[in-house]
Amino acid sequence: MHKIETKEINLHYGNFHALKGINLVAKENTVTALIGPSGCGKSTYLRLFNRMNDLIDNVEISGQVLVDGEDIYGRKVQVDDLRKKVGMVFQKPNPFPKSIYENVAYGLRVNGINDKKFIEERVVSSLEQAALWEEVKDKLNKSAFELSGGQQQRLCIARALAVQPSVLLMDEPASALDPLSTSKIEELIHTLKKDYTIIIVTHNMQQAGRVSDYTAFFYMGTLVEFNETKIIFTNPKNIQTQNYITGRFG
Amino acid sequence: MRISALVTSITIIMIVFFLFREGVGIFKSPSVEKGYVIAVNKSNAVETLNSTQLKNIYDQEITNWKTLGGKSQEITVFRVEDITNYYSEEELGANMEYLPAKISEVLAKTPGMIAFFPSTYLVKNFKGKVLPLKNISVANFLGGTEWFPTAQPSAQFGAWPLILGTLYVSLIAILLALPLGLATAVYLAEIADKRTRNFLKPVIELLAGIPSVVYGFFGLVVIVPILKNTFHLDSGQSGLAGGILLAIMALPTIITVSEDALHNTPNAMREASLAMGASKWQTICRIVVPYSSSGITAAAILGIGRAMGETMAVLMVTGNAAVVPHSIFEPLRTIPATIAAELGEAPQGGLHYQALFTLGCILFIMTVSANLMAGYISKKKRLA
Ligand SMILES: Nc1ncnc2c1ncn2[C@@H]1O[C@H](COP(=O)(O)OP(=O)(O)OP(=O)(O)O)[C@@H](O)[C@H]1O
Ligand SMILES: [Mg+2]
Repeated sequence: MHKIETKEINLHYGNFHALKGINLVAKENTVTALIGPSGCGKSTYLRLFNRMNDLIDNVEISGQVLVDGEDIYGRKVQVDDLRKKVGMVFQKPNPFPKSIYENVAYGLRVNGINDKKFIEERVVSSLEQAALWEEVKDKLNKSAFELSGGQQQRLCIARALAVQPSVLLMDEPASALDPLSTSKIEELIHTLKKDYTIIIVTHNMQQAGRVSDYTAFFYMGTLVEFNETKIIFTNPKNIQTQNYITGRFG
Repeated sequence: MRISALVTSITIIMIVFFLFREGVGIFKSPSVEKGYVIAVNKSNAVETLNSTQLKNIYDQEITNWKTLGGKSQEITVFRVEDITNYYSEEELGANMEYLPAKISEVLAKTPGMIAFFPSTYLVKNFKGKVLPLKNISVANFLGGTEWFPTAQPSAQFGAWPLILGTLYVSLIAILLALPLGLATAVYLAEIADKRTRNFLKPVIELLAGIPSVVYGFFGLVVIVPILKNTFHLDSGQSGLAGGILLAIMALPTIITVSEDALHNTPNAMREASLAMGASKWQTICRIVVPYSSSGITAAAILGIGRAMGETMAVLMVTGNAAVVPHSIFEPLRTIPATIAAELGEAPQGGLHYQALFTLGCILFIMTVSANLMAGYISKKKRLA
């Protein structure tokens, strides 16, 4: 069974056909990169998996999105539960206006967990997983806004990890960061892979090449090509894919 | 930009400076109006009197000098018009030309007498003892329970009932308006659909522009009778009526300002919270409201400011009684209402006039402290 699978997904924003019959699968503990020119539907596609598109008016979705074999748009599905299982990291670091500690604890608290010791352990382990612990262990009660952009983004990753999801969605998680912070995030993705299934949107071809096992190339709402990353980057079958990764357009 | 900021700052500093210069003046003068003296018999051991003691003497609540540290002796109160009780009209002369001499004489004759008269009647070889009067003290002004600025011989400047009245009314207003306003703002910003919001927001903004007298009339014909009937009061005019009315008046501002703040919370915050599995309500309460806390504080400050500074409407519904209120159902009077009502009749530069300025200073200090407190509370909450 695939960890994630979409079958014939079509998505309309009002009259605009944003995703056109997307079929894609992702195995457990792999990293899949979504690439393609701006506006091709990468974010829209990514946001299917935690139903963030539900928040937008006038969105119509057809087809199936399966996580662990279950249709997440099915009637029995609790969106809150789904979002615990499928965590998300956004393009711009968006920590809450709270302390570093409370940022990480947030997901636990909103899920009704009050056990202080449990929360503390989880906060520490999540910060460790996000490779941030050493930098913040002395200022856990400081505002999250006091961190640098790169630290904030790792905090957001820690925050997502705290509820122990099995899938991690990342929408250009490093595009707002400096090269050093970017490479830290990339390293992090590498280590997280053994525990999580990761889907990452990126505009950076080198990054896609470095971090991902599979790559999907989107163009104007269609999935043009999907394959192992090394094949996409060395031997793409589609001419559009080739043009895009060699930088001839996009 | 920088120049206008500078001009604004200087203006504000000047206003504060002049307000306080005028307001502090009162503590440099005694409570007896300039041009009048208080005198006693030479044998009297009492050296000085303050305004409360003077008032109690003339109200005949203190009747013996012993109470004031003198020897045991009845007090005889004397005002200029009482002179006819002691002397016939002939003795005083056709044009009262002997009046000053006679005042001096009667005072010398009566050991327990205290006299209050214009200083122009003070003869050269005065046979009584002119009492040096104590200046009005800060403690007396703040703590005094009687506000009777036109009292003779000694004006009573006890601002305590007015301070308490202002606090009562503002507290009621803010306790009602803040939760209600915040709830409405949350509804408008986070729950209502676009059409409802686009309709309600301008309507509420319009309400903020209604003149306060109109609100006052509304309070008088609607709130006051309702309170009177529900609580079986003698008169519905009370601190509660003022508080409710002010809450209604402060609501539009509180709603508009905090709604703006809530609405301006970046969507990224909401999405981040929802993506963690938080519900819509959890997101509103734990993320959106804290994120907008500085805007909400501003709303609260503007609301408090309006409540504490509002004049007309409050004057109309609070019963306008300068007494210490024992409950919110009793009539009271606020500082701004007092200033508005009395400034017209207070002679410029006089004691009463200065006292009203001092009230202005007190109001200013109260508003500033309320604002600082609001700022402090919201700062504490933000990092929780
Ligand atoms: N809320 C929305 N309402 C209407 N149209 C939208 C909405 N969000 C996105 N779109 C449209 O859907 C298309 C796909 O948008 P999407 O954000 O998924 O692109 P993207 O591939 O992530 O682009 P980028 O690389 O710039 O982030 C775009 O043409 C965009 O204009
Ligand atoms: Mg995008």
